[in-house]
Amino acid sequence: MSKGDGIYPDDLKYTKEHEWLAVQGGIGTVGITHYAQSELGDIVYVEVPAAGSPVVGGEEFGTVESVKAVSEIFAPISGEVLQVNPQLAAHPETINKDPYGEGWLLKIKLADPKELDSLMSAAEYRKYIEEEAN
Amino acid sequence: MGDGHRYIPASDAEREAMLREIGVARIEDLFASVPDALRLKAPLAIDPALAEQDLWAHLESRSRENRVPASGSQFLGGGAYRHHAPALVDHLIGRTEFYSSYTPYQPEISQGTLQAIFEYQTLICQLTELDISNASMYDGASSLAEAILMAERMARAGRVVVSDRIHPEYLQVCRTHLANLDIAIVPFGAREDGTADPEAARRALRQAKTSALVLQHPNFFGCLEEVEALAAAAREAQAHLIVAVTEPVSLGILKGPGRQGADVVAGEAHSFGVPLSYGGPYLGFLAARQAFLRNLPGRLVGESRDVDGRRGYVLTLSTREQHIRREKATSNICTNEGLCALIAAIFMSVVGKGGLRELAVHNHAKAAYAREALGSVRGCALPYAAPIFNEFTVRLPVPAAAAVERLADRGLVPGIPLSRYFEGMERDLLVCVTEMNARADIDRLADELGRLG
Repeated sequence: MSKGDGIYPDDLKYTKEHEWLAVQGGIGTVGITHYAQSELGDIVYVEVPAAGSPVVGGEEFGTVESVKAVSEIFAPISGEVLQVNPQLAAHPETINKDPYGEGWLLKIKLADPKELDSLMSAAEYRKYIEEEAN
Repeated sequence: MGDGHRYIPASDAEREAMLREIGVARIEDLFASVPDALRLKAPLAIDPALAEQDLWAHLESRSRENRVPASGSQFLGGGAYRHHAPALVDHLIGRTEFYSSYTPYQPEISQGTLQAIFEYQTLICQLTELDISNASMYDGASSLAEAILMAERMARAGRVVVSDRIHPEYLQVCRTHLANLDIAIVPFGAREDGTADPEAARRALRQAKTSALVLQHPNFFGCLEEVEALAAAAREAQAHLIVAVTEPVSLGILKGPGRQGADVVAGEAHSFGVPLSYGGPYLGFLAARQAFLRNLPGRLVGESRDVDGRRGYVLTLSTREQHIRREKATSNICTNEGLCALIAAIFMSVVGKGGLRELAVHNHAKAAYAREALGSVRGCALPYAAPIFNEFTVRLPVPAAAAVERLADRGLVPGIPLSRYFEGMERDLLVCVTEMNARADIDRLADELGRLG
C-alpha cells in the first residue's frame, strides 16, 4: 500500500481489536491488520453487514472465520456501510495475501470525523503489538 | 462411612483428607447454605433393602400388574410410532467400530463413527430434499426449537408465526426454549378440513416482520398440509419456512419438504429403527438450505482428504461450537444422538429408497382402511376431511378418555384422547395405524368402538 514496512503502514489508523482504517474524502476503508490475519491463520469466511447498514464505532459488526477460530470484528468508526468488498465471498484468503490492499472488508461513510482521534497511529499500534507480545 | 455406601469408591480416610484440605469438619457442613427448614432431618422413609432374589420376585410380581396389549392392538401415535426394525440394525450397531455413542473429536481413531454420521446426514438431506443436515439432535421437539432459533439468527425479527396444528408438546418445548428470549410465538389457525390455513398465516405474517413460519406435516391431527401454499405465504413475507416432521416414514411417499419450499425441516426420526422405550431416547433431525450452513446448531461431519489424498471424515465448522467459541457459539448444543443416528442410517440403508416407499404405502393404506372402518361405526364421525398419512382423528359418541380406559380392559389401546391437550375435543381420539397393525386388529378396533355408543 504505502509507506512503512508493509506491516504497519504509516497512513492508516488502528484499533486495539486489530482493525485498520484509511480515510479519504469522508469515506473510510476498513480491514483487519497484518497481525490479525497472521494470528488467525487461513481465513475461510467473512461476515459483514450489507451496504446501507449503520455501524457504531467500537461495536462488533461482523466475524472473520479461519480454520482455527471465529473472531469478531469491531467498527473503528461510526457511519453507514457504502460498499462491501465483493471479492471476499469467493476469495476470503485475499485477506491473508493482502490485508491492507485487496483484502479490505468494507467502506464506511463517516458520521463524525472527530472519532478518528481515538484511534492509534502506526507507531502507537506497533508499540501496542510489541507490548502485547511481551 | 457405613456399609451403605459400598459402591462409592472414596474411603473414609480419603474423605477426611479431602474435608481437611478444604477446611470443613463434616460433609453436612457443605450443605450449610441450604436453609435449615428445607433440610431432611431423618433418613428417607423407605423400606429396608431387599436381598437380590427377593427384589427380583418383588419386581416380577409388580410387572404382572402391567397391562401389555399385543403389538397389533396398539394404535398410539402422536409423535411416537411403532415400526418394525430389521434384525440387521441391532446386529450392526453392536459392532465395536461403533461403540462410542458420542460424536468423536478425534478423526484419527473415529473414522467408523464419523463416516456413519456423514452417511446419516446424507440420507436426511435426500429424504428432506435439502442441502445440509447436522449430526442429529436430542429429539424432534428440541430440534424444532433450535430451528426457530436458527431462523432468528438469520432474520432477527423477534417473531415467529406458528400453526396451531403442530404437536402441542413440541409447542411447549419451543415456548420453554424461547421463554427468556425476545422472540414472540404468534399462533395461526386451521381450516375446517383440519389443515393450517394459508390465509390465516398470511394475515399473521402481515402484522409484523417475522423470522419464520412454522408448521407440521403431516400435522398433529394427522392431516397432510398444503405445504406449497404455506411456503408461498412465507415467501411473500420474506419469512423462512420451517416444517416439522414427527413421522419421517411419511417422506417415503410424500414430496420432500425442501422441494415444496421449506427452508428448514426439523423433526423426529426415531421411526427409523429406534425402539420405543419409556421416554426415549429419541432422535432429532435438522436439515436446511445451504444458506443456513454457518447458523446450523450442533455438530456437522464433513468429508475431506488426508495428507496422502485418501478420503476421510472430520467434524467440520467446529470453530463455531461452544467448546471453542464459548458464549458466542452458534448454539449450546455440543453433542448429538450418535447411536440413534447410527441406527437410523443403518435402517434407511437396509430398507432402501424402494423399501421406504413400500413401508410408507403400507402405513397409508392401512390407515386409510382404518379411517373408513372407524368412520362408518355407528355414532363415530371423522371431523377432518383432509388427506392423511398414517394417523387420523375420529370423533366418538362418548368421551375419548373414558373409551380408552374401557378398551384397555379389552386389551386394546385405541389411540390418544385429544382432551389430554385441547379443550373442546373431549370426544376426539387420535388413531395411528402402522405396518404393525393387521387388518384383523383394525376390524376388532372398529368392532369394540361400535359397542361404546
